[in-house]
Amino acid sequence: MKDYTQDERLDSSFSRRSFLRGSGAAAAATAIATGTGVVEAADEAKTKIASGAGTSRIKLTVNGKSHEVEVETRSTLLDVLRYQLDLTGAKPVSIDESSGACTVIMDGKPISANTKLAMQCVGKRVQTVESLGGSKPDAVPVAFVKHDAMQCGFCTPGFVVAVRAFLDKNPQASEQDIRQGLNGNICRCGTYANVIQAAIDVVKGGK
Amino acid sequence: MVAYNWPKYGEAAVVGKEHDRIDGLEKATGAAKYTYDINLKGMLFAKILGCPHAHCKIRSIKLDAAKKADRVHAVMALKKEDDEVLWQGDEIAVVAAETEAAAAAALEKIEVEYEVLEVFVDDGDLEAAEKAKRTKGAGDEIAVAMEAEDDVDEDEFNVAELERQFKTAAAVVEGDYGISVITHCCLEPHGTTCHWDGDKLIAYLSTQNVSGTPPQFGTGLEIPASDVTVICNFIGGGFGSKFAADTWGVACAKLAKETGRPVKLMLDRDQELKVAGCRPSGFMKVRVGADKEGYVTCWDSSHWGTAGAKPGGVQLKNVPYVLLPKNYRRKQTSIITNCGPDRAWRAPNHPQAAALSLTALDDVAAKLGLDSYDVFMKNLVNATPKKMGKSMADTYEQQMKRAAELMDWKAKWHAHGKGKAKGDVVTGLGMSLHTWGGGAVKCGCTVKVHPDGAVEAYLASQDLGTGTRTVIATVIAETFGLPISGVKVNIGNSSFTEANPSGGSITVGSVSEASRRASQEAVEIIFDLAAKKLGVDADKLEAKAGRIQVRGGDRKSLSWQEACRLLGMNALEATGKYDPSKIKDSPLSSSQVGGVQMAEVAVDRRTGVVKMKTFVAVQDMGLVINPKTAKSQMYGALIMGIAYALFEERIMDEQTGAFLNCELSDYKLPRLGDVGEIVVDIWQPESEYQRGVVGLGEPPVISPGAAISNAVCNALGVRVPVLPLTPKRVLDAIQKGAKA
Repeated sequence: MKDYTQDERLDSSFSRRSFLRGSGAAAAATAIATGTGVVEAADEAKTKIASGAGTSRIKLTVNGKSHEVEVETRSTLLDVLRYQLDLTGAKPVSIDESSGACTVIMDGKPISANTKLAMQCVGKRVQTVESLGGSKPDAVPVAFVKHDAMQCGFCTPGFVVAVRAFLDKNPQASEQDIRQGLNGNICRCGTYANVIQAAIDVVKGGK
Repeated sequence: MVAYNWPKYGEAAVVGKEHDRIDGLEKATGAAKYTYDINLKGMLFAKILGCPHAHCKIRSIKLDAAKKADRVHAVMALKKEDDEVLWQGDEIAVVAAETEAAAAAALEKIEVEYEVLEVFVDDGDLEAAEKAKRTKGAGDEIAVAMEAEDDVDEDEFNVAELERQFKTAAAVVEGDYGISVITHCCLEPHGTTCHWDGDKLIAYLSTQNVSGTPPQFGTGLEIPASDVTVICNFIGGGFGSKFAADTWGVACAKLAKETGRPVKLMLDRDQELKVAGCRPSGFMKVRVGADKEGYVTCWDSSHWGTAGAKPGGVQLKNVPYVLLPKNYRRKQTSIITNCGPDRAWRAPNHPQAAALSLTALDDVAAKLGLDSYDVFMKNLVNATPKKMGKSMADTYEQQMKRAAELMDWKAKWHAHGKGKAKGDVVTGLGMSLHTWGGGAVKCGCTVKVHPDGAVEAYLASQDLGTGTRTVIATVIAETFGLPISGVKVNIGNSSFTEANPSGGSITVGSVSEASRRASQEAVEIIFDLAAKKLGVDADKLEAKAGRIQVRGGDRKSLSWQEACRLLGMNALEATGKYDPSKIKDSPLSSSQVGGVQMAEVAVDRRTGVVKMKTFVAVQDMGLVINPKTAKSQMYGALIMGIAYALFEERIMDEQTGAFLNCELSDYKLPRLGDVGEIVVDIWQPESEYQRGVVGLGEPPVISPGAAISNAVCNALGVRVPVLPLTPKRVLDAIQKGAKA
């Protein structure tokens, strides 16, 4: 009757019910288990499962700071960023990865925060657009302002993060590389021409 | 009386220079808070149940199970028994729960019994629509060039004369053209976060209409509009679709009242595309007669399209677009479909009218083997409407010359279908032109000057992406002789001075009018105080480079701060108001602009894929406040134009009326790599500066459909009749052309 929301879709393949059944919990915990902090998460998850609360307390490292948050199994990284940490730079725009509006960097790679479960991010380093701001903003947002690579601005944070991740990997990117490598983000206002100029400018500045 | 004016041509210090937008870094680093980003303590999340059927009657709605669902706080029906639903996604009920997921889960528990009715969604086939009794006449008109002895009232004569024109024409083009429905697809969906402070509602609303939405909430909630504050500091796209509080906005406020908690209700992506706005389609059958030089002597068209379940579509008077021949007949028919309702889409009627008409004009050039540029030029004498009381032919002619230079049109031109292919790839050129009003509307602005020299502006306008804050700061900084950083701008709150809605390219004109008036009022008072202090006449003073000084080099001056200190204890507040119904011929703004666009494309005849090579736009907009953001609007409009010319369309299932591509993975939009080289040129001779500010948002989005379609036609030598020019449509047209 109703299109499933992202939360529910994830829920159906990785559901709380199967999680609560115990063996599923161990399997799920293994599935998400890479890197430090995971054992802790798995242990905590087990505790919660035993109590039947359906939520887990996990630690997430976001923008260099460790945050302890209580999440549902089905909570996405985007949910936690926006509703628990009030980091609203990453935007909910599509149900999948087609818009790029919620791009964040995880362990150096750009990902869509709406298609990662929060529990999958334990032990990872998550970097959001907010880390590129502050009193000494990163060269990418500065170039976006200089080249006016924004209009309504709703897609802009996702685009800024995507450009940052792309140029980190391709610091010498040519204009052609930029035109080919940044097609994961949708802008409805049509700022692509300005984004290209901003990215070229960052390459020139060597930042 | 203050004589409102702009600085003399060439003398402005801040206006007309390139400025970064003052809220740019906020937007680029995620600090800007949009409606979707407003998280209030104890906030609940609301979700809407959309109707799964495109046409049905509601037999019953049962909410009990949903009310009992986990973490649900309120459930409300938005339809009642026996209501008829006319499009898929129409709002049936709404749930408020502790999390988005809990709300979504509760929607599943709402039990609705539907009586499914017959669906009609085909907007392209006029005969089928007539057979299904889904058409409604929307007017027709015939006009022929008159001579003194002709009887103007005789229809029979008009028809005969029109036919005579077709018989004597050197060439007659007959064709079908079309442009599909597209959605607004705002990246921030429609929605609101509401909370109550006693009897007063505070609605964070994603809106183009901060000043105009409190009364809408008031009516919907049966409370005085004075008890409603609408706040919108940033809006994630509107394009004409966000002027209303909407059913869901009022529902959100009711849920907040009922639960005693703040409630956030943002549409899901599929709902945004299904119910929150689309642009009507247009299809046309036409005959165009021309002399051997391509001057159009007669036009006979019938066009139709759908705006959804209500009559609508491309207005009769817009077809043929801009270049109106002396002899013409035109007819419009609305097709009533079970599709989501239209809303104003950036330059309502114009992009479709241009894509229908100026393609047919280009086919005249193709048929006669002429250069499209020459044929457009030949027809400029028929340009409508007028600009500053004069024909727009002169504007268009100059803009065409400029655009042709930037495109290198003459060197690149080849006759339709006669270019040299590189493998399977052929290139082509196409052009189009357009006009739009864009005059300022009623708007106020309050400027506050503090005794320490700090300056603030307050107005209930909004920034749709235009750079509204930067425009206001630029204008006020110019008046006070300050840098832009010396002006703080407060917009996006309905409790500020009443201002414009942002639609129809009226924002920059309106806020410039109001903020220039307010700041000129204020600076006159400061001049009076400074004049007394300096012992000179106030009318000898000017505000420049941070000082209040005597014009012409006299050394007598005060710094801005020294002058403001003369205000005493309290700030000076001045309000400027512009109302076009009361103020005629304002020197600060005017209306009606022209623009010319030329596209160069490469088409792969094997795959049908069209690629943008170069896209040139020349555009006037009167006096330009900030060329940097103005150019961004042009880039953006061209890219949005590339979207509807090559990529996006709403696809409906004919059996069920389901909107098939209502997620962003299926609703195709161009990406960064799809836009080619874009060249924008602001056409601002002194005469444009002198006529004051005119809005820019709509005009450059009008021509891309026609210009790109014409370029593809020039490349292939056949017309791809319907936009967007998808690979399938291109291949079909090539195949049809080969058979012909």
